Amino acid sequence: MNIFFDANVQYVLAGCMLFGLASGVLGCFAFLRRRALLGDAIAHAALPGVCLAYLVTQNKHPAVFIVGAAVTGLAGSFAVNGISRWSRIKEDAAIGIVLSVFFGFGIMLLTYIQHQPFGNQSGLDKFLFGQAASLVGKDVQVFAILTFILLVGVVFFYKEFKVIAFDRTFAEVIGIPIGWMDAALTLLIVLVVTTGLQAVGVVLMAAMLITPAAAARQWTQRLATMLLLAGLFGALAGAAGAIASTLAPRMPTGPWIVIAVTAFFAVSIAFAPQRGMLARWWRHRQQSMRVNLENILRTLYRLREEEGDAAFSLDQIRRFRHLSVRQMLHFLGMLKRQGLVEPQAQPDRWRLTALGVTRAAELVRRHRLWEVYLSRYLHLDSHHVHADAEEMEHIITPEIEAELEHLLAHPRRDPHDQPIPVGSGGPR
Amino acid sequence: MNAALSVADLVVSYQRRPVLWNVNVDIAAGRLVGIVGPNGAGKSTLIKAIMGLLPPVAGRILVFDEPIDQQRHLLGYVPQRGSVDWDFPTNALDVVLMGRYGKIPLFRRPTRQHRAFAEECLAKLGMFAYAKRQISQLSGGQQQRVFLARALAQEAEIYLMDEPFAGVDAATEQAIIVLLRELKEKGKTIIVVHHDLQSVQNYFDDVMLLNQRIVAYGPTTEVFTEQRIHETYGGRLNLLAAVGEELAR
Repeated sequence: MNIFFDANVQYVLAGCMLFGLASGVLGCFAFLRRRALLGDAIAHAALPGVCLAYLVTQNKHPAVFIVGAAVTGLAGSFAVNGISRWSRIKEDAAIGIVLSVFFGFGIMLLTYIQHQPFGNQSGLDKFLFGQAASLVGKDVQVFAILTFILLVGVVFFYKEFKVIAFDRTFAEVIGIPIGWMDAALTLLIVLVVTTGLQAVGVVLMAAMLITPAAAARQWTQRLATMLLLAGLFGALAGAAGAIASTLAPRMPTGPWIVIAVTAFFAVSIAFAPQRGMLARWWRHRQQSMRVNLENILRTLYRLREEEGDAAFSLDQIRRFRHLSVRQMLHFLGMLKRQGLVEPQAQPDRWRLTALGVTRAAELVRRHRLWEVYLSRYLHLDSHHVHADAEEMEHIITPEIEAELEHLLAHPRRDPHDQPIPVGSGGPR
Repeated sequence: MNAALSVADLVVSYQRRPVLWNVNVDIAAGRLVGIVGPNGAGKSTLIKAIMGLLPPVAGRILVFDEPIDQQRHLLGYVPQRGSVDWDFPTNALDVVLMGRYGKIPLFRRPTRQHRAFAEECLAKLGMFAYAKRQISQLSGGQQQRVFLARALAQEAEIYLMDEPFAGVDAATEQAIIVLLRELKEKGKTIIVVHHDLQSVQNYFDDVMLLNQRIVAYGPTTEVFTEQRIHETYGGRLNLLAAVGEELAR
């Protein structure tokens, strides 16, 4: 672990983390406004600026590169806005056009520089995919200043950026200067892109604006928290890239950083509570299980209505419910553990317990109330209402049930002339 | 002239295709006005133009006898519910608080007083219990009520609402009606784009029948007649449409 005591390694680490922090925070606004790809265009447009700045000054100070990159980056964003505003070409096409033409021009300049006698030492190709290992103290100073400006900008404009991102028209109505705010956001994105030039390079920059924001969105419902999390993910990804670059200095850093940040994204999208895929799958599963259990209870209740309080065989239940024997036994087992059904002495025969009868009556009641509603208000034929009611009864809340009953003036019988069980008078 | 809102000779077009032709209307303060008309009649366009969001090709809009630029703070706006992404990471109270942003200087944060006021606005719409609820988890009617609370937080003199009754439940509809009447009693002017012809008689003092131009404007009892409605909804004005399409080329 003694690499961390090396001053140069510390510079690299600090530089990458500062950039990751800034890009994560700022990327949230671009992400929420669906302008994420504009950052990509700006990043690619920065390349010719870097080359031109070097050609004009022959100087390799980071400030020179940053000024050059900012100038053409801004020009690129103006070009995108201009094309989409003054022509009928949509923004996505404008981004594609601007991105490729600026980048192509940048590559031409880069090739020209490398064929010059002084070109071999220029090392400008590190701006393509980044090479964090080349960061030195003065780079990090510049980074720190830029990151500070960015974070102060976001803190100052937080309220304005937030309302514009949520409801642009409303922001305009209440007198937020949206033209200036857009310009400010674009300028901040240009700054963060220029900061990241040496760390990830122009080609993969978009990932640092989009991915931390997308990952952070998974975990929170609050904008402020999202900004913090995105900043954290960005900084950690930057650190991972820096370490990888230190261990393998000839490798470009951009791909490492992108892989690291995508790992955060993958974990977020799979495992985040509520919004994560796993959580959603689990909720879906719970719901479908509940529906199945409720349907079986109802079937037992109906059989009981027809044949009296008896035990029923698996096949009798399965005539109404299309489940395999295995599934049916599984669900009956669950109902048994809830004390709603009990197995009988004869094999594969089941009957409702007293508690089960109460629960089932509530379900049947909702189902039949809903059937009455459908046939009465939607004038559906009584043969058609059963299937619709089947879907609805599982999601009817006690409030809706009360309203239904009130609206229908407490009906006694459903459209099939079956009795509607009397309610227990409250949520269970 | 004591109109809250005065629109004279207004022409608005999208991409050179005229959407509103020569709109002239004076709306007195304290009136509850419904705007009805078929799809594409320019109802939303009119209220956006009134708020200065669309530059008019011609015409003049005065709010309490002054040009709109100086009078923005007097306008409250309820956009169509579908115009924003409800999956935005924020809660109901924060959205309502946005109604105060116009009164907070640049770079300043809302204070505790602003928050308390926003909570009051939510409570007026029966949404106090949902203040901390993520907005995507509200029902359509509740989202609409959040938008109304936000407009209330603007403390405006003139409220412009774009289809606030569209697709809401009975409870929300009732809450909106109560709110509109309350605002009217306080002397506010309310202009509502409305889609349901059945309820126009019950809800509005005045009605504007709009189909690219104003077909009729006046007290609902006088103006909202079978014949006028038919004139508004019955068929396109073919010549007008043809010229419009020609211009758009």
